[in-house]
Amino acid sequence: MQLAEHFFRREAGRLVVALTRIFGVHNLALAEDVAQDAFCRAIEVWKTRGIPENPSAWLMATAKNRALDRVRRERTARTFAPELARHLESEWTLAPTIDEAFQPAVIRDEQLRMMFSCCHPKLPEEAQLALILNILCGFGAPEIAAAFLTGRAAIEKRISRGKKALAGTKSLFDLADADFGARLTTVQRALYLLFNEGYHGASAAAPVRAELCEEAMRLVALLSEHPPGATPATHALAALMCLHAARLPTKLDAAGELSVMGEQDRSRWDAQRVAEGLALLERSARGDELTPYHIEAAIAAEHASAPSFAATNWRVISSLYDKLMTIAPSPVVALNRAIALAECDGVERGLEALGAIDDRERLAEYPFYRAAFGELELRRGNGAAAATHFRAALHVARSEPERRFLEKRIATASRPRERR
Amino acid sequence: MADFLFIYRNTDAEARQYMGSPEAAQTSMKLWMAWMAELEAKGHLKSRGEPLERTGRVVTSKQVTDGPYAEAKDIVSGFSLITAKDEAEAAELAKGCPVLRGGSGSVEVRPVMKL
Repeated sequence: MQLAEHFFRREAGRLVVALTRIFGVHNLALAEDVAQDAFCRAIEVWKTRGIPENPSAWLMATAKNRALDRVRRERTARTFAPELARHLESEWTLAPTIDEAFQPAVIRDEQLRMMFSCCHPKLPEEAQLALILNILCGFGAPEIAAAFLTGRAAIEKRISRGKKALAGTKSLFDLADADFGARLTTVQRALYLLFNEGYHGASAAAPVRAELCEEAMRLVALLSEHPPGATPATHALAALMCLHAARLPTKLDAAGELSVMGEQDRSRWDAQRVAEGLALLERSARGDELTPYHIEAAIAAEHASAPSFAATNWRVISSLYDKLMTIAPSPVVALNRAIALAECDGVERGLEALGAIDDRERLAEYPFYRAAFGELELRRGNGAAAATHFRAALHVARSEPERRFLEKRIATASRPRERR
Repeated sequence: MADFLFIYRNTDAEARQYMGSPEAAQTSMKLWMAWMAELEAKGHLKSRGEPLERTGRVVTSKQVTDGPYAEAKDIVSGFSLITAKDEAEAAELAKGCPVLRGGSGSVEVRPVMKL
């Protein structure tokens, strides 16, 4: 019997929400403590006696027993979840109440409630993400710090402040609340950022980053399973993630180096995810709300369906970027629009668009802005100018793979034209 | 061949560090299981033994003291029964034990008395 990859991390999120249901969100720390205790027991026992038939059920049974102990021991001194208080007081109802908190449907709802609670609009986005990763995905502070290229102390502070804010609320977000729709937007945004952090983030080589994408996809699926959460925007977001994730296997080439879309082996794109993404995109085409997720998913769909880089319908893609610029303008969107324009209207038009980006000073720290100039200069045969741009990009490169990628581009641009 | 009792000890702080996150815990367990599996495959594992709670009491003629034990002190976390050619081989086997990887843990190797 082998444990699934990330088994404990996945189970941690489920145990903590079930235990929080029993103890109340003000006792979140106790819930985490009991979950941790269940893990320690599992590991001590399993490492000598082997992994049981159903490890998930074993862990859950252990967590239930620990919860029973804690409630019995502390029910006079501590208040638990207010809505369950009466059931926890009596031995008649105590065990069934605890059992109920571990039912799959209850765990699923509690995960959603926790996700909505972590996305409290008063918390900064970075704190929302850290909380989701810590509580729902079971990542420890050092792991989150590594994924975000942030110091461990800063992440710990974010998490502990966020948890203090959570513990200060009387109960978790109520899914029947009138604010559901508004909060849903914040949740979608957080999951979008989480996915992007994994997909575009600064250190593409760190293995934990693909896990961020997977976690974002798992949580968005949770949202889709809950009817009020399954809005067209949620489906568009899921489509966007799926279509991007389909290309994950080729983001790094065989040597582990960053690879640009034009050079990727499309036969290695995940066909099943492409199909799934296209189906989700179709599901998202309801109602009259057009979100940036819809447009980004449509762009990704266009790429995923094109037989080759050259045979991509750049006209459609550039007009989708035009649309995106009207509803969610940003310098990065403008940069991508310029690249699409260069493909359909020529290098000169692309360079012109790159130079005319509003707020382009916000791209100063983004290596792929200068690198885009470099690619276009190279394409029109101007190696010296291209090399200058790639060097500028190298200055702001954020990771080893990015640095190596740009060094290679500098080398190519510096060679005589016929050997590039 | 002779039997040896392996007594695993570790400090509370280090044990906690290995359990610091679910992912770290899973890694730790994998190491232990791989080690045990190797001992077993080579015919050295007489009994996997038992893990121990990190609490308990210490009884002397004068008093009974309660756990948990002091943070800094290493405590016995479990034991196994190992078969080896001699004490030297048993000690060699113990060197692969994952309890040693953090620097604070130890394995006490004690020959079982032959009668």
